[in-house]
This record gives sequence, structure tokens and C-alpha cells, in this order.
Amino acid sequence: MPESIPADSVGLVEPQTAHFAEPLQLFSERSLPEFELIYETYGQLNANASNAILICHALSGHHHAAGYHSMEDKKPGWWDNAIGPGKAIDTHRFFVVSLNNLGGCHGSTGPTSIDPKSGKIYGPDFPLVTVQDWVNSQALLADRLGISQWAAVIGGSLGGMQALQWSIAYPERISHALVIASAPKLSAQNIAFNEVARQAIRSDEDFQDGRYLDQQVMPRRGLKLARMIGHITYLSDDSMREKFGREMRGGKLKYGYDVDFEVESYLRYQGQTFSETFDANSYLLMTKALDYFDPAREHDDNLASTLKLAQCKFLLISFTTDWRFAPERSREIVDALLEARKQVSYLEVDAPQGHDAFLMPIPRYMEAFQAYMNRIADEVNQ
Amino acid sequence: MIRADFEIIQRWIKPNSRALDLGCGDGTLLAYLEEKKQVHGYGLENNPHNIAQCIEQGVNVIEQDLDKGLQNFSNHSFDTVIMTQALQAVHYPDLILDEMLRVGKECIVTFPNFGHWRCRLYLAVRGRMPVSKFMPYTWYNTPNIHFCTFTDFEALCYRKNLHIVDRLVVDQTHQGHWLSRLSPNLFGEIAIYRLTR
Repeated sequence: MPESIPADSVGLVEPQTAHFAEPLQLFSERSLPEFELIYETYGQLNANASNAILICHALSGHHHAAGYHSMEDKKPGWWDNAIGPGKAIDTHRFFVVSLNNLGGCHGSTGPTSIDPKSGKIYGPDFPLVTVQDWVNSQALLADRLGISQWAAVIGGSLGGMQALQWSIAYPERISHALVIASAPKLSAQNIAFNEVARQAIRSDEDFQDGRYLDQQVMPRRGLKLARMIGHITYLSDDSMREKFGREMRGGKLKYGYDVDFEVESYLRYQGQTFSETFDANSYLLMTKALDYFDPAREHDDNLASTLKLAQCKFLLISFTTDWRFAPERSREIVDALLEARKQVSYLEVDAPQGHDAFLMPIPRYMEAFQAYMNRIADEVNQ
Repeated sequence: MIRADFEIIQRWIKPNSRALDLGCGDGTLLAYLEEKKQVHGYGLENNPHNIAQCIEQGVNVIEQDLDKGLQNFSNHSFDTVIMTQALQAVHYPDLILDEMLRVGKECIVTFPNFGHWRCRLYLAVRGRMPVSKFMPYTWYNTPNIHFCTFTDFEALCYRKNLHIVDRLVVDQTHQGHWLSRLSPNLFGEIAIYRLTR
């Protein structure tokens, strides 16, 4: 609990919900008859609506990116160390919008919502949504908020893919794309990890073909396993060695199958906590959105000609020990942008934390991030 | 106040052209070329502090190790590839010259002259590798691993069949001097070469 709100926090925030009564056509050729997006905003929109920043969340993220919902909150929003007064994304200068994507389980329409057609919970009948669908729905939210052009769209990991998609889907509606610890598409290894996670969920007997909510059960074991696998890919070998080594729980081996090592205890705890707060169908859907993302596919698999569509400037950042979306993956995007003759800067931050580094306040990362954002703020105020 | 060598380089750059600056430092040259010649530029740099400064200046900067080559740039995709005061710090100066003239239609290279009379005197009298205000590093701890003289460099250009379009020899304050015109390899401190294939 924050005893008092820190001076560089956006403070207490309240989510808002936007209802869209028009059907949304999806890439799966299905559509949603209506939908809601839950979002938060930080800072003030200026008179000509030119200082708006969109934050796109990653696999298990949501709209609550900064500040606190109440004085009882143990932790601030998930990217609080980058968003706030005087921080990299300075809420004195920018109007920040952060939403929960469609298909999520934190308040936007998703598998746990009621299907207006049947009056029942969507569950597994919720259509698969893609990164393109998310970006289209985010554009509708921008319209609703009176934002015709984002000063920047920013995201890490799956969020970075949304920023990239924005740059090619709505080139005239985005001035800068910040793509952090991301990739132009998943590798076979990435898809393989996602598939193991999905199988873990789907083979839990409480999954009930996705109708667990109707049966009033939860596939917690499957979701826990899925998260444990995912979590390993977010950390680096170095960071796990640093954090746990072969440290034993209780100081000695137990010669059994309960927890011997700290790392086991940590993974079980992370998996358990996650399984109590996240919806299994949402998790399945998010991993599929990741697998499907491949903007170059519609352009003869040529990323450079895909990115020719973009008009914005780009900043790409990767982290040396990230093996989920390794620096080479960011370089693919950078090289394609160079070939497409786009404005781009790139930095490869030496960091031991693996993929998770993009959420950490690493000094070099934050300094460059802030320098870039200051430049955007200066452009906005010109 | 802009560095005198940048002022010289600027004269050789066409307006609205594309420039790639290898080892671009804090981005001052590119920012200057963008302002003065509306150049579309990118800098390559691997020093984190310099990269942050480039971003602050609004210069496109890519974190990249020059010793790994320029494979990510296609043939003749730039009008000019520039490298100021970095030739002596790369592992393969000859290969980087090849790369510069593959990626660029022409290149501009500046480097310090190890054949300058002060270096020669230092080595002759003391029998030790020269250390000066201008070359402040000890031989065992220096980024400058490939010092050469102007004559060495021109011999390399000759062997590689590179065409020297222009050459300016200046002193540390980037001023020309009659002595360095008379005997550049003895009196010149910094050379600015403009090369094509």
C-alpha cells in the first residue's frame, strides 16, 4: 500500500469504459456486434489534441499502466516507472491513453463477457482477434477521444507489434512508433512455447472445452503451467542464476517431489497468482494473436516494402539477454526500416534481465527513452 | 562553433543527399549537415552515451559495431558515407573502406597522421610510442589500434584502386598551413580524404 502517493506518480486513477454500438469486422471474417473498451488516461489533452500517447500492452497486460486505483493498492500500474510527472513518458507534457485490448479479461469485451446474441458468456465462442483488430479498435477509441493523430504509439513485446501495426495501418494517424523488445513476427521457437502453454490449458480437465465458467470451475492448473512456461522465457539464464542459483527452500534436499529449489517455489507462486487473476480463454486468444502477427505476409513476406507504407519516425530498443525477442529480431525491423528509407533510431541495451528488461527502470534505457520523448514533446509544442 | 573539419566536409555534401556517418559520436556532424544541407542521415555508433546524445539532438542513430561490417545496408544506398577520426580505431580499416564504397557512391574519411614530424621525433628521440595531447593514449590502452601515415593510407588506396577525389591536410585546429602543403606527410596532422571507386 502506498503510505502516500509518490510525487512522480500520476496518483489515484479511475478506469473509464467506452461502449461501441457498431459491429466491428474482424480479420477472422467474424465480427463483434458491439463491444466495450476499458481504458485509463493520464495527463491533459492539449487544445489541438496533438500530445496524445497510446500505450499498448503485452500478453498479460491491461489498461492499468500507471498510478493507483486506491490507497490499498500494493503496487502501482504495470509501467509506472515509465509513466508519470517527470518520467520518460512525462504526464506534464503528454496525454496518455492506456487500454485493455479486445479479448482481454480486465474489463474490455472478451471471452468472459456476455454474448448479446445468446445472452450467455462468450467463453470459447469469442472470436479470435488479431493485432490488426486491436489496432482498428484502438483507432475507434482515438476517434471517440477526439485524437486524430497520436504523437506516439508505444509498446513492448506484443505491445511493440501493435505500435508497428499502427505505423502501417494508419500511417497518417501516428507521428512516432516506439517498438521495444519486439519482433516482426514470431519464430518457430516462439510459437512452440505458445503451443505448449495452450496445450497445458486445454488439457486441464477443468477447461471443459472452454466452457468452464458455465460449469463454475476454473482450469487453474493448466493456466498455472502455461504461465510457468511463459515466465521462464521472460527471464534470462543469467537473471535466474542471479536471483535463485541453486538456492534451496528450507536449506536442504527433501528427496521428494515437493519444492526443493527456490526457483521451483518462485515459478509455482507466479503461476498460481496468475491463474487466479487471468482468464484461460483470454490467454489462449492472446497467444494466438502473437502467433498470427506477421504484417509482411500480405506483402510477399517483404518487411521493407511493408514498412514503406509507414510515415512516422521509429525508435527501436532491444535488450542483450532477451532470448524471447532477441536483439536480432529488433534488428530485422531496423534493417527493413533502413531499406524502406524511414527515420529510425535503435539501441541495444546491455541488461541481464532478459525479456522482462523492457519493464525495468534500467538507467540507459530510461535516459534514451526520455531523450526521445522530450524530442516528441518539443515537436508537439512547436 | 562548428569544428573546422565539419565545415570542410559540409562543402563536399550535396543538398538533400543521403549520408551515413560511421562512428557518428554525439551526432553533431549529422545535425549540422541536416540543418545546412537538408541531408537525410543516419549515424552508426556503439557508445551508449553518444547514442543518447544523438537521440537528444534528433539525429537518427543505430547502435552498431563497425567491425561487423555494413551488411545491413544495400549497395549504393547512400550518396556519401562519412567516417571522421575512426579509421584508426577499427579492426579492419581496409575492409571498412571497401564497405563504405559499396554502400556509398563516395566516401569521406578523416584520420590523424602518424607520420607527422612530432610523432617521428618522439619515436626517434625517446624510442617510445608517441603520447601527446593530440594522441593521449598509452600503446596498451588505446582505442587507436591502426595508426597510419598519409603515405600509408594513399598506398592502400592505390593498391585498392580507390580514386582520391580530394585531399585536405590540416593541423589540429583544422587550419591549412604552407608547410603542410609543402610536405603533408611530415607537417599535416589530420587528413580529410574524399574517395570514390
